[in-house]
Amino acid sequence: MAELTTASDRRRLVALLSPAYLWLLVAVFLPLSAMLFFSFLTDLPQDTPDWGFTLGNYARFLTNPTYGTLLWKSVTLGLTVTLACIVIGYPCALVLARAIKGRVRETLFLLVILPFWSNSLVRIFSWAIVLRGNGVLERFLELFVPFDLRLNLMFTTTAVVIGLVHSYLPYVILTSYLALQAIDDDIIEAARSMGASRVTILRRLLLPLSMPGLMAGAVLVFVPVVGSFMEPRILGGRMGTYYGTVIEDQFVAVYNWPLGAALSFILLAVVLLILALASPVLRKANT
Amino acid sequence: MKTFLLTLSAAAFAATGALADEIRVLNWQGYGTDQDFAVEPFEKATGHKVVHEYFNSEQEMLTKLRTNPGAYDVVLINSIYTQQAVSEGLIEAVDTSKIENFSGISEKFATDPQLTSGGKVYGVPWVWGLTSFAVNNNSVPEVPDSLEILWNPEYAGRVAIRDDAVEAMHFGALVTGQDINDIKDLDAVKEKLSALMPNLRTFWSSENDWNQYMAAGELDIATYWSGSAARSIAFGLPVTFVVPKEGAIGWLDGLSVPATSEHKDAALQFIDWMIDPDFYTVWDAAGAPASANSEAAAALSDDAFNKVVLGNPDLAARVQFMAPVADETRETYLEIWQGLKAAQ
Repeated sequence: MAELTTASDRRRLVALLSPAYLWLLVAVFLPLSAMLFFSFLTDLPQDTPDWGFTLGNYARFLTNPTYGTLLWKSVTLGLTVTLACIVIGYPCALVLARAIKGRVRETLFLLVILPFWSNSLVRIFSWAIVLRGNGVLERFLELFVPFDLRLNLMFTTTAVVIGLVHSYLPYVILTSYLALQAIDDDIIEAARSMGASRVTILRRLLLPLSMPGLMAGAVLVFVPVVGSFMEPRILGGRMGTYYGTVIEDQFVAVYNWPLGAALSFILLAVVLLILALASPVLRKANT
Repeated sequence: MKTFLLTLSAAAFAATGALADEIRVLNWQGYGTDQDFAVEPFEKATGHKVVHEYFNSEQEMLTKLRTNPGAYDVVLINSIYTQQAVSEGLIEAVDTSKIENFSGISEKFATDPQLTSGGKVYGVPWVWGLTSFAVNNNSVPEVPDSLEILWNPEYAGRVAIRDDAVEAMHFGALVTGQDINDIKDLDAVKEKLSALMPNLRTFWSSENDWNQYMAAGELDIATYWSGSAARSIAFGLPVTFVVPKEGAIGWLDGLSVPATSEHKDAALQFIDWMIDPDFYTVWDAAGAPASANSEAAAALSDDAFNKVVLGNPDLAARVQFMAPVADETRETYLEIWQGLKAAQ
């Protein structure tokens, strides 16, 4: 920053950056501040004239064990989905970046991004059609087995995980792909000429060098999955109550916005805490 | 000259306005008042124009009444919210002598304590219905007579209820033999509902959901609303609506006139048409809840769902009509319900 001494440079900097900061202010900071404000209220000002300030909404998280249980359930779901995304997505990215070249790679890449072009609700409902009893999946499998097949996948935790993995897999593939693709071919050639096996190259070179991308993908998956509510609600049935669905209930079903806002900020704090605890690992990955 | 013309057209406009008003109705979307067969004959007969506005929750309806004085002339209020609207001065007493069809309304509904206050009628009883359950005829060949069938392990994973804390608690109260409006033994209800959870396949959230699950054979037994059951049966689904021996949850919807309405006479004319047997028989054919007007109910054909199932005289004794639920009670119910769901 020491170079930016002249006034004209500084002016230009302000002019160039202000749209982005203005956007962040209006679209992110203001709504979040309003929610933070709501989380300390007893009632919404537009509904009840005698509203006041309270810490009670936060206290309810501590006094009612239900919320803690659900938060733990959601974090577990987040870890499961993230792990599944890595296990499926990283090999995909590896093949895309290192083994396939030219037009085929472009086509495959397009296929990875394609689900992103459809609405997530549509994707989840298509999974409901596939997974439900006597649905597409069961009918298809029945072509190969002689007996009456009952998978009973719909309305289970497995169904929720399947739907979420499908929704968020592209993040891991894209970030890992970018990191893997940036690795210089000469390094791999050098390792190979020194007699390194494929496994050694993967373990000692590709994996560490692409770790920043993989970790970025993992964070991009984990954070939204912990707060997810639509997928559990549609695919989870009676198993589909998570922290996110309880927050949604506060906003749309019981009109307790203050409690919903407080629960949301507790979720935000917990997610930030998890990321902070994981930051040594993340930072190591970046060096 | 120009001013004169303007004044003249304004006068002409005001004159037609006195004869033909534009009335604004606040209701759920697709709930009787806004259907073509409701609006068109009324507009043709009276010359009034009917405009609709919708709400998505009772809270929203009350907020709209509070914040838009003079904007509405007829409003649908579920009986459990009528007293709140009266105490806030949002609606005014209805002059029932101006409503010809009011005489047909059964005594029980006309004097309902939730729709009346100080001997005056604040909500004209319009339609009522039950929340109970329905069974799939293909998988439950014998129609059960008890709510306990929801707990029957034979149907494990084939049962659904609605994801609604108050409704779940009410069912728990019915099956444990308690008054739904004054649940004394909450622990018994909680225990009973906890035992129900493993039997559940999912929670249904809309009529469309319900129909799809039943049609796909995902469910054998599910709680349901009588009006929706009538529609599903008319639609061809092989289901039977059951009012078990433990009873069922009743609800009553009334039509009220906001205190700030500027077209009260036209509003009463519209309410009169809404409880008219001629309108109700058409609505019933398209799938309607039960009419609070006995004459309208009697006008139905003998095989109509609303006559056969809800017209049954010994049913009335088993129905427990919902009373207003206090905020604290609602919170308690919600906490119990969320705890039960979180334990899954």
